[in-house]
Amino acid sequence: MADQMENAAPADRMEDAAPILQLDHVSKRFGGLLAVDDVSFNVAKGEVFALIGPNGAGKTTLFNCITGIFSPTEGRLVFEGRDVAGHKPHDVAELGIARTFQNIRLFGYMSALDNVRVGQHVRMRAKLWDALLKTPKERREELRVTERARELLDFVGIGRHGDSYARNLAYGQQRRLEIARALATEPRLLLLDEPAAGFTPQEKVELMQLVEKILGQGITVFLIEHDMKVVMGASRRIAVLDHGEKIAEGTPDEIRNNRKVIEAYLGKSA
Amino acid sequence: MIRLRNVTRDRNQLVYLILIVGVLLFPVLAGFVSPGDSGNYLLGQAADAGVYVLLAIGLNVVVGFAGLLDLGYAAFFAIGAYTYALLASGQLNSSPLHHAIHLPFWILLFVAVIVAATAGVILGAPTLRLRGDYLAIVTLGFGEIVPKLFLNLSQWTSGVNGVSALDYPSLPIWIEGPWVGSSLSIVRGFSFAFNSMAYYWLMAILVLIVVILVSNLQRSRLGRAWGAVREDELAADAMGINTVTTKLLAFSIGAATSGFAGVFYGSKLSLVSPENFSFVVSVTILVMVVLGGMGNIPGVIVGALAIYYVLFNVLTNLPANAKGIANAVGLGFLNRPAAGGWPGLEQEVQRLNFLIFGLILISIMLLRPQGLLPSRVRKEELEKGVAE
Repeated sequence: MADQMENAAPADRMEDAAPILQLDHVSKRFGGLLAVDDVSFNVAKGEVFALIGPNGAGKTTLFNCITGIFSPTEGRLVFEGRDVAGHKPHDVAELGIARTFQNIRLFGYMSALDNVRVGQHVRMRAKLWDALLKTPKERREELRVTERARELLDFVGIGRHGDSYARNLAYGQQRRLEIARALATEPRLLLLDEPAAGFTPQEKVELMQLVEKILGQGITVFLIEHDMKVVMGASRRIAVLDHGEKIAEGTPDEIRNNRKVIEAYLGKSA
Repeated sequence: MIRLRNVTRDRNQLVYLILIVGVLLFPVLAGFVSPGDSGNYLLGQAADAGVYVLLAIGLNVVVGFAGLLDLGYAAFFAIGAYTYALLASGQLNSSPLHHAIHLPFWILLFVAVIVAATAGVILGAPTLRLRGDYLAIVTLGFGEIVPKLFLNLSQWTSGVNGVSALDYPSLPIWIEGPWVGSSLSIVRGFSFAFNSMAYYWLMAILVLIVVILVSNLQRSRLGRAWGAVREDELAADAMGINTVTTKLLAFSIGAATSGFAGVFYGSKLSLVSPENFSFVVSVTILVMVVLGGMGNIPGVIVGALAIYYVLFNVLTNLPANAKGIANAVGLGFLNRPAAGGWPGLEQEVQRLNFLIFGLILISIMLLRPQGLLPSRVRKEELEKGVAE
């Protein structure tokens, strides 16, 4: 771990625990557009880290780089000491990073329970022959997986809707189901892309409680969020992106009073 | 929601029950309705229908479960049939190999499954990166190439004449015993040659095995992965599913099933020729899957049986029946060729055969767009999908 620390970002805010994810000069270029420009920061183990910024700042692009949907043009993405830049999404998931999507991407015509069981796919060991012949081993695994899926549905608070099609759930329930599906992959780092978008104030409070519960399970949470109340309330540290560049990083209080951040959100004052 | 699911499940169980009873009673009924040789003919037809049932179940894995449109499925059927034809006949004697191979039917079932599955992987590996329409076009091409290949490799396959005089299956050694012909033999005087009853039961057993295996897959880790890939490939990938492997497995398992069907087909017909595997066959199987209810195994079986019945029974007998009816109701003059190019009713119906087939298909799809016995998915999609 120690050698990884050295090439990490400046040490002035490394008072936290060892980093679980290190972004080391990450850039992503689409043709002439530099969507993510030389971004570096660390996410510490066991914290809630938030990434904020105006629309089009490159937040989701950065998430897509971390989860392998895009491969970064430059830079390193070190997760638990291993560079995951350029890995395939399913490999990243297997390593222990799970995510939700900004625009919900559930498996609509599958039951909520099946959505969660799909999440467990990567932790299941049944081979083709086991499935073809329904071996006792496969049956046991299916039972275990089903039970765990029900637990996860209960955990996010939609235990009663396991048999419904994902697409028939209410909007808030769908967001929760996506979190349950991501948790099913047994991640150590959970990326939430605008989890509170479109939520009522009450739902936002419940979401923040859920995030705390997830943290209590020893899972590090890294989220993108627009809602300042959620961000300031839930996260311990925040990074701010604007036009692909990191313009600030610090505790909620520091960010609140940062002149550059205020300018990025409200425009430069004369 | 729970109710809807139970209704679908109960209905499927009922359909399975009816199918099993039907399969058990059919030989008796066939003998009863038309005794003697003609009952035998009906049994043979039922066994041929079974070939299409197998094919439809296999294609359903690709199209219904994994959501990949395959327009060249008959290619794998051809590969299975030719595997049997070459390895269970005198054909290779007249090939550059100069040595005939006569492997037993039972072993070739497995060989053909492996060969067809491998062909599925070979086709799938480079093409499964394509999506939707593009994949359909590549598979369409593959479906055209394979029969052409068998046509043009004439020193091995006799080209357009096809491979004939294939071996008939014989009972496996553990039933027939090493004492064949002696008085100790358990089963005596039994042969598959021209024995429709034997083929009928053989097919029933093959279908049963395939249905059990494919249903197991559907309710497994892999079955859910197929569903996930069908619904949202990117999300499936992000959830840890290797989408390429998952799609390859769908392709090769679908192909393996048609390899099974191909071996049976070759052994029963004792003749395999390139023109038996044209584009029309691929489309017919696809129609069976879509019309029966994509993604639902009992639905697909019923669809295959229904289309088979219409194609090879109703339509083939229609001209003669039309003539008979016209005579019976006093419109006999219609049967005589008349001025203005009227060829007589029988001829006319003959000519319109495929138009009638098309009309039947259109009316079924209008009446039951979700298929005869839809899967839960397809039903919802068509009832609610429009609203959103």
